[in-house]
Amino acid sequence: MSLNIVVCVKQVANPDYFSEITLDPETGAIQREKVPSVLNPVDENAIEEALRLREKYSGKVTAISMGPPQAKEVLDWALTLGADEAILLCDRAFAAGDTLATAYVLAAGIKAICPVDIIFCGNEAVDGATQQVGPQIAELLGYPHVSNVKELIVNENKTALATRIIEYGHLKIEANLPVLVSVSREINEPRTATAEGIFSLMDKVFTTWSLEDVKVDEKNIGLTGSPTRVGKVYEQKNERQRLILEGAPEEMVNTTIEKLRQEELI
Amino acid sequence: MSTNNEVWVWAEQRNGRLMDVSLEILGKATELAGEIGGSTAAILLGDDVQGLAEELVAYGVGKVYLFSDRQLAYYQSDAYTRLISELVEEKKPEIMLLGATTIGMDLAPSVAARVKTGLTAHSCSLEIDNSGNKPQLIAAVPGWGGGMIVNILCPDHTPQMATVSPGVSEKPVRSDQGEGKIISMDVILNDSDFRVRTVEMVEQLPEGIQIDEADIVVSGGYGMKSAGGLEPLKELAETLGAALGGTRPVLDEGWIRESSMIGVSGKIISPKLLFSIGASGANHYSAGFTKAGKVVAVNNDPKAAIFDLCDIGIVGDVNEIIPVLIEKLKEQ
Repeated sequence: MSLNIVVCVKQVANPDYFSEITLDPETGAIQREKVPSVLNPVDENAIEEALRLREKYSGKVTAISMGPPQAKEVLDWALTLGADEAILLCDRAFAAGDTLATAYVLAAGIKAICPVDIIFCGNEAVDGATQQVGPQIAELLGYPHVSNVKELIVNENKTALATRIIEYGHLKIEANLPVLVSVSREINEPRTATAEGIFSLMDKVFTTWSLEDVKVDEKNIGLTGSPTRVGKVYEQKNERQRLILEGAPEEMVNTTIEKLRQEELI
Repeated sequence: MSTNNEVWVWAEQRNGRLMDVSLEILGKATELAGEIGGSTAAILLGDDVQGLAEELVAYGVGKVYLFSDRQLAYYQSDAYTRLISELVEEKKPEIMLLGATTIGMDLAPSVAARVKTGLTAHSCSLEIDNSGNKPQLIAAVPGWGGGMIVNILCPDHTPQMATVSPGVSEKPVRSDQGEGKIISMDVILNDSDFRVRTVEMVEQLPEGIQIDEADIVVSGGYGMKSAGGLEPLKELAETLGAALGGTRPVLDEGWIRESSMIGVSGKIISPKLLFSIGASGANHYSAGFTKAGKVVAVNNDPKAAIFDLCDIGIVGDVNEIIPVLIEKLKEQ
């Protein structure tokens, strides 16, 4: 069995630097210049799952992303890890899209390499954390999908059994390929890059597709194609009394307990 | 597209239990419906769930659209998406809310993409702006790990959709005087509704008091590593009659279960009193307790962000402070 596998990846602001994202006090615009970009963490697990499946059977893994030119970095990383080809959907016209407009462009890119047997996504991106793009790509392609998958078995006859996380447990879900699967971090332990992988990069096919290269209706892309609008952005306020105690443990504890008892909290 | 001025909720059930968040969003829907001069409706899918429809009426919903079928007992993404989308397209509600559960976060984007409308994810606050020519839902969401709040609008499409995090609003008051109507829908299912099929649901409901229900919560951070884990906090929680939770790193260490994680990607909690012990106060954690009444923090680093986010801060070694705290609390 040969599988045509697609894995969707996203370049995001490094979550370790989120606290350095601030608002411009005058314009209210988000300032994130100092924040480095990385591959969205759970997308590593999506790439890993795709590679393992190709290694078990045979076939091809294509990594795809929508983003600015520098998003090539995360696709190069996917190629280094072992993906066969990579496609960057890159055009100013795609920018500023919400989840629906983004899913629309990604779906259009994937359609161009269909028929696809399985599409992998990370369950959520650390920046917006909406978990919406995966299911929306599936919906726009007319594919079924399973989210939050922590275990996936794909059989020779193109059926699959997924274990999907829910609060306090899981669902067992049967599927026939083609299917879109959003994976959770528990699904596997991603591999690290090898020297061989880095050298292989120059032989791999990397393609950039702009607006002219994909079949899209311009009404459905970018800000025009986005039903949602971003309104005010503000910093999370957490106003507290901030009575900070230092000194001997017993005194600090006594002061604390006294205050809490006064307020009848304990 | 003209709408029917209704605020809808998806009432999620699992094994014949209504999810708490579904009742919470019904409370919010009732409030929003009041502000837009409309009414509420719930969509309920399941097998043999007439009793739950009656519960929704007791909690004050205006109408229940009840889809009952043996094949709808578990969440089935294709079938649920189609049945809900068709009803939405027929009745045209102004607003639709779903609980931001692992399943709600899967169903909502599918429905939104099917009916081509906007969807806001895991909203932490919902308001109506009535200043324009139609009521505008303003859904606030935490961004970038929770340090920022972003308002999301859906000006030209309906329904204006949002998933809503647990703990954002309160359950309405239950009364046996509810006058809502239960509308039983014809359910006709076909093969294309089961391209993916949930065949089994395994649930292990947690025992004891949970962090999103307790008046007092004790929360541990990675700083508890020096104490060898959360054992000392278990005794503190017992002494206080509190629920025990923790941060993402503590979950990663396996010291708590996923259901006890506090933060943007865990639970948003609003206890009267929170003890945060050995946590530095990263945004994605602290955004989970902005609604706590009083916050007491213990940490050995006086520069830790947690000391800007607490009412009482104790600068000290957790290994020294916790035993004293337990001893003094027991003294009475």
